[in-house]
Amino acid sequence: MTADVLLSIEGISKSYHGVKANDDVSFSIGAGEVHALLGENGAGKSTLVKMIYGLVKPDEGRMRLRGADYAPAEPREARSRGVAMVFQHFSLFDALTVAENVALGMDNPPPMRQLAGRIREVSEGYGLPLDPTRLVGDLSAGERQRVEIVRCLLQDPKLLIMDEPTSVLTPQEVNILFGTLRQLAAEGTSILYISHKLEEIKALCDEATILRRGKVVGTCTPREKSAREMAEMMVGATLNPPERAAAAPGPVALTVRGLSVASPSAFGTSLREVGFEVRQGEVLGIGGVAGNGQDELLLALSGEIRTAPETVRIHGRGIGHLGPNERRKDGVCTAPEERLGHAAAPDMSLTENALLSGAVRRHLTKRGFIDWARTRAFAEGVVRTFDVRTPGIGTAARALSGGNLQKFVLGREIMQEPEVIVVNQPTWGVDAAAAAFIRQALLDRASAGAAVVVISQDIDEIMEIADRFAALNEGRLSAPVPTKGLTIDQIGLMLGGAHGMHEAEVSHAHP
Amino acid sequence: MLILERRPTPSRFWAWGTPFLAVILTMIAGGLMFAILGKDPFEAIRTIFWDPLFNAQFAAYSRPQLLVKAGPLILIAIGLSLGFRAGIWNIGAEGQYIMGAIFGAGVGLAFYPMEAWFIFPLMVIAGAFGGLIWAMIPAILKTRFRTNEILVSLLLVYVAENILASMSLGLLRNPEGGGFPGSRNLGQYPSAANHELIAGTGMHWGVVAAFIAVIAAYILLQRHILGFQIKLAGQAPRAARFAGVSPDRLVVLCMGISGALAGLAGLFEVAGPAGQISIDFNSGYGFTAIIVAFLGRLNPVGILLAGLLMALTYIGGELAQFMLGLPSAAIQAFQGMLLFFLLAVDLLSNYRIRVPMLMKEAR
Repeated sequence: MTADVLLSIEGISKSYHGVKANDDVSFSIGAGEVHALLGENGAGKSTLVKMIYGLVKPDEGRMRLRGADYAPAEPREARSRGVAMVFQHFSLFDALTVAENVALGMDNPPPMRQLAGRIREVSEGYGLPLDPTRLVGDLSAGERQRVEIVRCLLQDPKLLIMDEPTSVLTPQEVNILFGTLRQLAAEGTSILYISHKLEEIKALCDEATILRRGKVVGTCTPREKSAREMAEMMVGATLNPPERAAAAPGPVALTVRGLSVASPSAFGTSLREVGFEVRQGEVLGIGGVAGNGQDELLLALSGEIRTAPETVRIHGRGIGHLGPNERRKDGVCTAPEERLGHAAAPDMSLTENALLSGAVRRHLTKRGFIDWARTRAFAEGVVRTFDVRTPGIGTAARALSGGNLQKFVLGREIMQEPEVIVVNQPTWGVDAAAAAFIRQALLDRASAGAAVVVISQDIDEIMEIADRFAALNEGRLSAPVPTKGLTIDQIGLMLGGAHGMHEAEVSHAHP
Repeated sequence: MLILERRPTPSRFWAWGTPFLAVILTMIAGGLMFAILGKDPFEAIRTIFWDPLFNAQFAAYSRPQLLVKAGPLILIAIGLSLGFRAGIWNIGAEGQYIMGAIFGAGVGLAFYPMEAWFIFPLMVIAGAFGGLIWAMIPAILKTRFRTNEILVSLLLVYVAENILASMSLGLLRNPEGGGFPGSRNLGQYPSAANHELIAGTGMHWGVVAAFIAVIAAYILLQRHILGFQIKLAGQAPRAARFAGVSPDRLVVLCMGISGALAGLAGLFEVAGPAGQISIDFNSGYGFTAIIVAFLGRLNPVGILLAGLLMALTYIGGELAQFMLGLPSAAIQAFQGMLLFFLLAVDLLSNYRIRVPMLMKEAR
């Protein structure tokens, strides 16, 4: 850490339709500093980094970069001033190679052969080995992120902005990424790090600025604070870890045997002989890095992909051949990962979205005719019980923030009182308070006797709520093991370690 | 340069405002076109939109024509709109309309000269069936072999036209017609005729069916789970599958409904205003109904209004041809402009236009 200030932000404000997304925000990032930006969803973190990256223009206030006025009109200008950003959602083309993807994101790409050489050089220099000739569609999520990072590093940035970078990584990959980031910081590059994972921020960041409702509510040195303290600053309230009433698991509710499913999408992963059992009152956590068959597993359990009857059984009865609504009738509710477009229709109101999956179990139709009064009451109930912040149930789903929509989707499924509930990435991109709420709701459902399957890339989440853990790797599921006593390292190895890192580890171990 | 900014929620104002804006833009661009053709644009527009309804000289003939033309347009467009909402594109309503007419007229003519109450109802069923099976061809090819329903349904129009010609010349030709192509005139066969129900209004059974279809479609879309599934499948196909909607079932259903309604429109036309099966029986209602469906925002009430408006341009267009000597191609271009402008200004309901010079903002 040095005293030189790289970027200072002075009194920035930004409103959308009269709502202040940022309100008089000021802080500064020193050269070579790893600075965390903390806050709940909707606290204004995204708006703030978009302004730094030139995607959005502030209404008031100013920024200074290395002492000079800094007001980028567009990302191109931000990049030319030495500001680079790795987005949460990758902007890569599956059908192109690594080098082609990198070239597409550069303002003045060098010739391809030269670029490939630079990619090798930079990626190995920072411990993120990449083969420039491979197709991006064949890469793991962690490798894809490396492509994004290397693309930024090739521009020799002074400030690197990273938005939720670890949500797609295995623990080993997180360690590798942190190694790279520390190396960059040591070389004088500043890093603005956005994350919800407070333990990571403690491990990595020098300083933290905490936003709540668009305002800076505090700064701290993460190493000196506990994760709980930081979370409470973020939320502005006391947080309780999820709790559950201890109960002996009941009889087996959900049985999956020999489930093999070809992926419906070209770059998906087929399931191979997946098998597990979940008892009533039990939470099974299925971990794995994105793209290892999670989506396919959810589709096969929800009924969107049908299989032989005996591959999926509820209370011993085969339901593999049934569609989603028939399975709902039998007590199976699911919540897919993709909230907009899969779990919910973006342009439809919350009322209509409540009908989407709730029609069967909540008896929202009579002889095919929709009972809108009942449907509205159900939607209202979900909004109230799950504290969904929305102007009303007539609001379109896409107008809700990610966390609020997730609470709505989870609430909609849980309030149908399913006997088996399967959720994929229940708290992805959701702030700490909402995540704690969702986890508690899932545990409560288990306590009420449901079999709960949580598919998640967030190992901490699985450790927090699951009774047993199984790893999904390249479409195969490991045998479930009790979570009690598992270490992060063991889990990481079950997840397949760090994808494509063996060579690098060897070469780093023996320099 | 202009910047398009996506609205957080679609604008209600523009959802209803765009059809009106499109009509105004069409009048302006159409007026320009008429001016270039050497006609007085104001007179041409007045002849198209005003004279058919309110000119003392023409209104007596034109007013009933409004319902006669609007009936089939609305009936077909209602069917099409259900599919369009679900993302199922039946472009071949014209062919289904022809087949409905052939099947319906065929059943009627088979009973000739017997007089019985059940003949007309049987013809109605046969007409719907004819349109239905013609629509089932693209539907089943799509669900079985993933063919494109747009192409198959469109190309089947030309097949239907050839069947129509062959029927007029062969199987259904009037044996007492002196060898001229075309069937017997159903208007002169009381048990099979689709008469005007109230004299001087143009109201016939086809118009009644169109009104019933408007109400039924409205209820389906607002109150029935099937209507909800149709909308869901169009807006978010993956969410529809999650909600248990079978895409194939929806294809068969939507194609079936639109085919049956187009077939009905054909039957009511052949048994009523047209009177007989002839080589040039079809006059493009099946294609114009596509414009009507979109002009009406795929909304049943909107389609009712759009159908009446489009019928007006038909009648007024004929009047303008007759009075001002405008070429019929100009009238068709005028109708085409309506769809063009509608689709163009449709952008406004989902996007805001910003001028970056005035306001630098993006989301």
